[in-house]
Amino acid sequence: MSDISKRSPREVVVPGDVLDDGNMRAGENTYLLNGEIRAGILGVKRVRQNTVSVIPLGGRYMPETKDTVIGVIEDVGSSIWMVDIGAPYPAPLHVSEVPWKVAFGDTSKYLSVGDVVMLKILMVDESNKISMTMKDAGLRKLEGGRIVKISHTKVSRVIGKSGSMIQMIKNITDCRIFIGQNGTIWIDGEGVNADAAVEAIKMIDEETVKANLTERVKEFLENAIPQVEDDKEEGDE
Amino acid sequence: MSKEMVLVDDKGKRIDGRTSEESREIKIEAGVLKNADGSAYVEIGKNKVLAAVYGPRECHPRHLQNPTKAIVQCKYNMQAYSVDDRKRPGTDRRSIEISKIVSEALENVVLTGLYPRASIDVYIEILQANAGTRCAGLTAASVALADAGIPMKDIVASMAAGKADGHVLLDLNKEEDNFGEADVPMAIVPSTGEIVLLQMDGNMTREEFDRAIELGVGGCKKIYELQKDALKRRYSAEEAEEEDDSDEQ
Amino acid sequence: MSSKIISEIRRDYIVNQLKEGKRTDGRGLKDVREIKYEINLIETADGSAKVSYGDTTVIAGIKIMPGTPFADKPESGVLTTGAELIPLAHSSFESGPPGEDAIELARVVDRGIRESGMIDVDKLCITPGQEVWMCYVDIYVTDYDGNLFDACNLAAVLAIRNAVIPGKRYDKGDDVPLPVTCTPVSVTFAKIGNDLIVDPNFDEENIASARLTVTTDDNGNFRAMQKGGQGSISLDELSACLDMSVETGVEIRKIIE
Repeated sequence: MSDISKRSPREVVVPGDVLDDGNMRAGENTYLLNGEIRAGILGVKRVRQNTVSVIPLGGRYMPETKDTVIGVIEDVGSSIWMVDIGAPYPAPLHVSEVPWKVAFGDTSKYLSVGDVVMLKILMVDESNKISMTMKDAGLRKLEGGRIVKISHTKVSRVIGKSGSMIQMIKNITDCRIFIGQNGTIWIDGEGVNADAAVEAIKMIDEETVKANLTERVKEFLENAIPQVEDDKEEGDE
Repeated sequence: MSKEMVLVDDKGKRIDGRTSEESREIKIEAGVLKNADGSAYVEIGKNKVLAAVYGPRECHPRHLQNPTKAIVQCKYNMQAYSVDDRKRPGTDRRSIEISKIVSEALENVVLTGLYPRASIDVYIEILQANAGTRCAGLTAASVALADAGIPMKDIVASMAAGKADGHVLLDLNKEEDNFGEADVPMAIVPSTGEIVLLQMDGNMTREEFDRAIELGVGGCKKIYELQKDALKRRYSAEEAEEEDDSDEQ
Repeated sequence: MSSKIISEIRRDYIVNQLKEGKRTDGRGLKDVREIKYEINLIETADGSAKVSYGDTTVIAGIKIMPGTPFADKPESGVLTTGAELIPLAHSSFESGPPGEDAIELARVVDRGIRESGMIDVDKLCITPGQEVWMCYVDIYVTDYDGNLFDACNLAAVLAIRNAVIPGKRYDKGDDVPLPVTCTPVSVTFAKIGNDLIVDPNFDEENIASARLTVTTDDNGNFRAMQKGGQGSISLDELSACLDMSVETGVEIRKIIE
């Protein structure tokens, strides 16, 4: 049921690899050397409308303004909390950026070490100083449920085209799922359903073969969860 | 110590059977550790080397932070049982020197400007030593950096050349290094041919040294292919990719 | 992971799973992870072994050389054990001389080997009062996912068990196997709430209130013990651990036969 004409071989490139002899435009994670476009990171070569770029296969999450992230409080100061969001830089949350009125020194009454929080990146300046906020719809301390950590490079796969993958997982497991751009995902659910969601997300993170991934994840979930969808018929795929 | 053995016979054959231009057997694996951001394991002859990268991350100690770019901090260490005469654990002056020159070599290719104030920490552990450990270490460290997804221009390749029994040789083994006349470890950036690590000790004429560079650069290029192959193998086993499958980029 | 902070959500999940007798990696409370080992991987060492308990991996090597005996034991060989938590293994490990964790680790491993008499030190005399064989065991952690005590102990034991005294190299006779009498095996427990689990992984170890390592010999006798962590253990819990350590010791000895 797959559209063969849409497929192209996936080419893994390493730093220094020549991607093109200069006819195309140099896209992200590439650089020019003597007229040739070369890879500037370990990743997958991608060509889109005459621009060649490299999609990184790994690397640390680097925050961007407006990203929603999920992190863990790792230190508490008198007017600040330090949050571990897996970034290369310290990620502070200042008392002025939370919905409560926090008196100086009272910070640990609101958030303490080990608490899980959903935040938004306010700004990343030229020297990569990060500032974050909890003052926006949906941002808060998270409680209960399950946390899954995946590579931030796989977040778009978990979301899927137009949200198709994540919607499918939510529907079958009946769990609310919140995805941090930094690769930390919160599943609001318990029991078998939450376990299945966790396994499905880990599957997406670890699977190397991308073909038919949505179908395989769906199949896994339907087997893992007792109730079967109403419309499913044999041989429907 | 007087030389008791013949290192290179009159037919140009070395004690391990190699010709002057052959390197020892090389094996490279990428992504061998679970916790490190990137890692690599390298064997060159009887050398066994493990390298790991953590970063970019907050720079410790803080006073070493650079406001405009990341620093590459490499620590080279030989494990106590890696040499015939047990090495006392702890750092020594030789390890500190090697750490410095390896860090400097790697700074040439890492796009440090992207991560001001941060540190990219590289750890090289020599599990078993048999001459050329700094080259093997740098080779492994380069692969580990790429494996960690660090933005870099190219992978640094490193190999040593030298001289024994009057012959200029590629990739000295332990006996050749101990009883020979010169040792020239080097490393290049293969895409540009630039030399980013170079040391020499011993006694060589200008012709001999030029020949050593020629052999060494050739050896570096050969090891470069193996470094790239190790990284590609780690991420291969991929079938086709469906275009537009996700909202990437 | 840049630190050892376990999130509240993760901690609650682990604790809740334990209430149902389960662990997050699917193991039962008494189950040890898959143990893998490789011996004699380092030629320059006189004996070596690499051991993994799940994702925890360590390498141990032993170097044997002539040296001066202690004055109070002029005819006995000498054993020295060291361990390093090298920064390779985890983002929270710093470079520098061994800290208290590494030192405790080395001393506990050493105790198990020494107290069990695993190395027959009386057979290591070269010249009484002047020269004996010195055994240096060095252990390096290369990947940390909990329970370094057991992985390091097993690696040291396997390195010793396959060691050869390099007599020829020092002109003191032939190369002979290092004389070994028994196989001490350690089993480590972590206490989380009121549950005792065997072979804790990273998360379990870091939320545990206390830790107990018990080393037994081939006869099921106890040779070394170490309680760690800021919490406490009851006498009943201690008794349960002692029983389990003998059982698990037997199983592990079978794996390394």
